[in-house]
Amino acid sequence: MNFDKLKDKLEILADAAKYDVSCSSSGGNRKNTGKGLGDSSSTGICHTYAEDGRCVSLLKILLTNFCIYDCAYCVTRSSNDIQRAAFTVDEVVDLTINFYRRNYIEGLFLSSGIFKNADYTMERLVRVAKKLRLEHNFNGYIHLKSIPGASDELMREAGLYADRLSMNLEIPTESGLKLLAPDKNHQDMIKPMRFVKNELIQYKEEKKKFKSTPKFAPAGQSTQVIVGATQENDFQIIQVADHFYNNFNLKRVYYSGYVPVSNDARLPAIGAQVPLVRENRLYQADWLMRFYGFKANEILEKNNPFLDLEVDPKMGWALRNITQFPVIIQHAPLEMILRVPGIGVKSAHKIVYARRFQNLTMEHLKKIGVSVNRAKYFISVSNENTHLKFLNALNLKEIILGDMKSKFEKPFDNQLSLLNDATFLR
Amino acid sequence: MTQLSYDNTFEGLLTAVFEIYEFKYLNPKIIKKDDQQQHLFAEKIEIITDVSKSDRVMKKLQAQLGSDGVRCIIWAFLSEKTGVEDVIFDVINYAVQNPTINIMKNFSNDSVLQISQLTKNVGREKHRMEAFIRFEELKDGIYFAKIDPDFDVLTLIIRHFKNRYQDQKWIIYDLRRKYGVYYDLNDVQIVMMDLDIKSLHDNNNQIFSDTEINYQKLWWEYFDHTNIKERKNTKLHVQHVPKRYWKYLTEKKMF
Repeated sequence: MNFDKLKDKLEILADAAKYDVSCSSSGGNRKNTGKGLGDSSSTGICHTYAEDGRCVSLLKILLTNFCIYDCAYCVTRSSNDIQRAAFTVDEVVDLTINFYRRNYIEGLFLSSGIFKNADYTMERLVRVAKKLRLEHNFNGYIHLKSIPGASDELMREAGLYADRLSMNLEIPTESGLKLLAPDKNHQDMIKPMRFVKNELIQYKEEKKKFKSTPKFAPAGQSTQVIVGATQENDFQIIQVADHFYNNFNLKRVYYSGYVPVSNDARLPAIGAQVPLVRENRLYQADWLMRFYGFKANEILEKNNPFLDLEVDPKMGWALRNITQFPVIIQHAPLEMILRVPGIGVKSAHKIVYARRFQNLTMEHLKKIGVSVNRAKYFISVSNENTHLKFLNALNLKEIILGDMKSKFEKPFDNQLSLLNDATFLR
Repeated sequence: MTQLSYDNTFEGLLTAVFEIYEFKYLNPKIIKKDDQQQHLFAEKIEIITDVSKSDRVMKKLQAQLGSDGVRCIIWAFLSEKTGVEDVIFDVINYAVQNPTINIMKNFSNDSVLQISQLTKNVGREKHRMEAFIRFEELKDGIYFAKIDPDFDVLTLIIRHFKNRYQDQKWIIYDLRRKYGVYYDLNDVQIVMMDLDIKSLHDNNNQIFSDTEINYQKLWWEYFDHTNIKERKNTKLHVQHVPKRYWKYLTEKKMF
């Protein structure tokens, strides 16, 4: 093994793969039977976190960054003047095995630029997965990228060896895609996704009859949309996500705040701020849909299409639906407790258990782990809750924002602010 | 007050619990044998660990709290926190007094909540060990990892690593508690070793396999290049990987 050459390739192809945010290793269920290597942890494990705070669970690389497409938002677009490299199948296998043996990773996330054509590329991705599974008895996690336009046969084979398949929509609307990636076809992306979805359904049916049915992508499929590259609003993005959750049984939709990589006039310029808060709010909205029983149209409406950047979407919903509150902690159904700002899924369940034993007070909730600071305006507990008097105040949002801010403000900040004051400096 | 000292084992603790009921001690307080905080006026009793007694307590707990309840109590015990014995006794006593209800779900009871929080802490440390342990390949093909966890979680992580690495020999060694576990391709055994800690941190040490340093450097490079510099967020990074764990991590090493 030539380690210097390998190092150069790894640098280039890790750099090129990092804009894909998905790094989850959950949902795998391969067991290590027969003295092999690796065993999937169903909840996934983050083995480390990069300095940007993102989880590193898988060896996330491109097989190559040569690409025939010229998508404006992508760093490996064919017109971009960058160093190109390609791994051999054996190099990827060797890196995966040796990183896995040292407990650096849960497995491999292999994507690729598209060289020659879709099937040629997909075939190589599948070959890596096949070699790991069959020759190295590897039971760790494998996430393969579905290449737009790949044939059904190759997608089926990919599903046999991979735990998860994903296809990145990147641009949520067809019009946006036409603008930024004119040679990419929306239908080419949908087709493999639909095929995988149908295979997953079929697998479930067959599994009921034959226990020996070979696994098919047990961790399902996912997608990613870029946020802030085009003019889409949050309402459109949430609707797209909701559509794919419902109609394609996706496990996850990832939202990736656009990091400018091009001077293209159609896109935010290099150096522009990555929309991190907006991305965070979208994830919160996504969680509300998946774990808190919210419907997409409850989170945003057509005439108010952007998420509030000041407060989280659950708080936003609560403020728009004041009449649903206060929630009586002692009697309210779980679904309603889940809708209280500041109460998470775990706390909600704990509350439902604990209230059978006694009347719960604000102190109990605090100990259970509820963020009382936010919840206190919306709940009635067994002892007196003086904060409820603000519930119908017109400036409730300001009161809550003031509360959240004071937590982070230092009491003696005023001393220094004189020098930073814009009017003073003028 | 009656002060019962036990030998730091879980069986010893359960023996103490048994004897509290057997001899109807008033105001019992259970402490570790080597605990210096001896109460001046307490009646002092040294517990001799008796497996037949601890087994009976265990059986009772199984019946009443279920295996998940028992697991919580064992994990809380492994936190090694001062005073955890009294919390455990309090919960057991609460369970014995209320045989018809599953008291482990009453999160408004202070002791139950404490057990649940300690279980969470120990569980988090266990998970962190499963994530942050880094093996280094030795000359003889054994993969070696050193750890220094906040709680005594080594026995809890055996199953995870045994399932995962079945075709390689490995050792995980707890530097603080001075014992390790060794998997020899068939079974896992507890091992004691005399280790020269300093030499283990030396990259040029002859005990490592020839390619070990190469893979470490590759991982180090990968870690650097998978980071998006425009999104740097040190606060979040340190929140996920607290600095006390950096000593384990190959990607935080200086080459």
